[in-house]
Amino acid sequence: MFKVIKKLTSFMAMFAVLFAFSTEAMAKKSKTLKNTQKKGFVRCGVSQGLPGFSNADASGNWTGVDVDVCRAVAAAVLGDANKVKFTPLSAKERFTALTSGEIDILSRNTTWTLSRDADIGLTFVGVNFYDGQGFMVRKNSGITSVNQFKNGISACTNIGTTTELNMRDFFNSRGISYEPVAFEKADEVVAAYDAGRCDTYTTDKSGLAAQRTKMKNPDEHMVLPETISKEPLGPVVRQGDAVWEDIVRWSLNTMIEAEEYGITSSNADSMKTSDNPAIKRLVGAEGELGAAFGLDNDWSLRIIKQVGNYGESYKRNIADPGILPDRGPNQLWTKGGILYVPPAR
Amino acid sequence: MNNKIKKILPQIITVLFVLGIFGFFTFNAQINMDNRGIDFGFGFLNQESSFDVQFSLIEYSGSHSYARAYLVGLLNTLLVSFISIIFCTILGVVIGVARLSSNFLIRNSAAWYVEFFRNIPLLLQIFFWYYAALRALPLPEKAEPWFGVTYMTIKGYYIPAFIWNNLDIFLYSILAVIISIIFINAYAKKIQENQGKQIPVFLISLGLIFILPGLTFLIGGVTLDFGIPVLKKLSKTSYIYEGGIGLPPELIALVLALSLYTSTFVAECVRAGIQGISKGQKEAAASVGLTPNQILKLVVMPQALRIIIPPTTNQYLNLTKNSSLAAAIAYPDLVLVFAGTALMQTGKAIEIVSITMLTYLSISLAIAAIMNWYNKKIEIKEK
Repeated sequence: MFKVIKKLTSFMAMFAVLFAFSTEAMAKKSKTLKNTQKKGFVRCGVSQGLPGFSNADASGNWTGVDVDVCRAVAAAVLGDANKVKFTPLSAKERFTALTSGEIDILSRNTTWTLSRDADIGLTFVGVNFYDGQGFMVRKNSGITSVNQFKNGISACTNIGTTTELNMRDFFNSRGISYEPVAFEKADEVVAAYDAGRCDTYTTDKSGLAAQRTKMKNPDEHMVLPETISKEPLGPVVRQGDAVWEDIVRWSLNTMIEAEEYGITSSNADSMKTSDNPAIKRLVGAEGELGAAFGLDNDWSLRIIKQVGNYGESYKRNIADPGILPDRGPNQLWTKGGILYVPPAR
Repeated sequence: MNNKIKKILPQIITVLFVLGIFGFFTFNAQINMDNRGIDFGFGFLNQESSFDVQFSLIEYSGSHSYARAYLVGLLNTLLVSFISIIFCTILGVVIGVARLSSNFLIRNSAAWYVEFFRNIPLLLQIFFWYYAALRALPLPEKAEPWFGVTYMTIKGYYIPAFIWNNLDIFLYSILAVIISIIFINAYAKKIQENQGKQIPVFLISLGLIFILPGLTFLIGGVTLDFGIPVLKKLSKTSYIYEGGIGLPPELIALVLALSLYTSTFVAECVRAGIQGISKGQKEAAASVGLTPNQILKLVVMPQALRIIIPPTTNQYLNLTKNSSLAAAIAYPDLVLVFAGTALMQTGKAIEIVSITMLTYLSISLAIAAIMNWYNKKIEIKEK
């Protein structure tokens, strides 16, 4: 019985793949794109509130660098950066929401790892923030480095994150016994640490900087200088829709490349007459780049005009609110950082 | 013949319909998983879990398998359920009896207790104990000792650890005590039935309980030391206790909330059971000269238990299932460890959720089976 079902399933899957290939070759039409255009909004999964990345204000307006990725896609495929429906998700819910089709883009400070990319039906399209895991402690504890951690230290963190795994690797390799206290929601972690339940709070450094602003007395806490892991954070899509994957990837790349060429939301229109063909391609004045996705030629211009380039987004969401004024590795490769995207041509 | 078909046909159609729905969902899931490149399988259970758990009854670290992590979560669920069931039963019986007290103050405070804790949602009570009550506790270095050697702090309740030598001999002696008490009971019953003589079983049992394990200390080489919690400095301002056992505040909050909440329902079951015995029974018992204690023990309770057990079983089942709310306050139970962290790290949603559902189902069925067995035992036996 089971064997028959399995056979039937694989046959159906093969058929589906063949069908997908043939239609793709003909029309370059993405199912997700078609559904999005029919619905009139992009369905985007974000965090439950992480200042600088995805955070809703009192009137329900979402802002942040992760939010801007979804807005860029909306500007590209629907022509309006505001046509996004945001779904706040916990770390635990996020992948299931994406694979089950509840959302079409997951832009929620999610670390790109091999097992996530290959194992669970997801595809990472790029990196919009290079991060690393760090530790926060109370200033008056006198701890200034992770080397001062002692046996018995309790560490608050989130469940279902790479943080939990890195934390184990870190303490284990140093032979320190520790008490992990893992909550489902970030707010619960912060509250527990703030009340003194834990000696240290560990997550991505950007997250530490952002959550510090939410504490009772932010000045009493500090982030230790050490970084214990690589955390490339980026948007994720479902496996199996290559065109949609490309649209999201190149919407993000457009924002970064626009900064590289100095195209901003205010000067984008005037750049149409630039002498640089690379700039002209980015603002849609040359080439037919949009056709590759089944979009019109102004898709990238709309992203830059409505959302801005990566630098504008960073400044508006992360630098100006004082979360991480220094861009660190998230600076363009031409300015000493590691942001480097393939050329749009 | 026709009648028979008429009777069977609807049943066959119903079964086919249910199977069809089940088949459709399985088939649908298979296709969707195949399309998205998700494999179905339980091989992940043998993989290294690579995450740690705050609190575990068995030896566990991230180098153990996911199967072991499942066991850790399961044991933590059973632990919190077991402790809470015991507390809620004791508390429930006391409150239930108190509700029938002739003393105005006792009767009314018991009624207020029941109405108060029964009518506040359980999750809110868990939040109250964890976020309000236990968060207000002092930091370890500021805690005053309770009973001299235990410390209630925001990081947990620290109690002395028992350090045994030759613990197995001691446990065997306990086992021997239990077996001999069972035999003595059976023997005493036989003697009473045959010769009408009463043997002081209670006193003999009490003696055995103290003498036999006591002997193992004197001649069996069993020793017991206490590891007293000692304050240790982690940094300039943070401390913990070492040397004792630390009960995490998450466990304490959960046990408090579950026992207080469920005890109100148990109390109502107890009250209903006692009130279900007609007054005439007590009066008849008194008229043949039984003392009030004997009336309760020999006449009221055996009958009341028959009314009390079935609804109380339901409360035990509810309590066990409610313990899954643990995830809200970071107590590492089955839902948090397995359906939470393990699910996230492996992405095996369908497999893990079905294992978890089956586990809760099995726990519930096991509790129901035990309680049904007990219920059968105390049923009226018609001779």
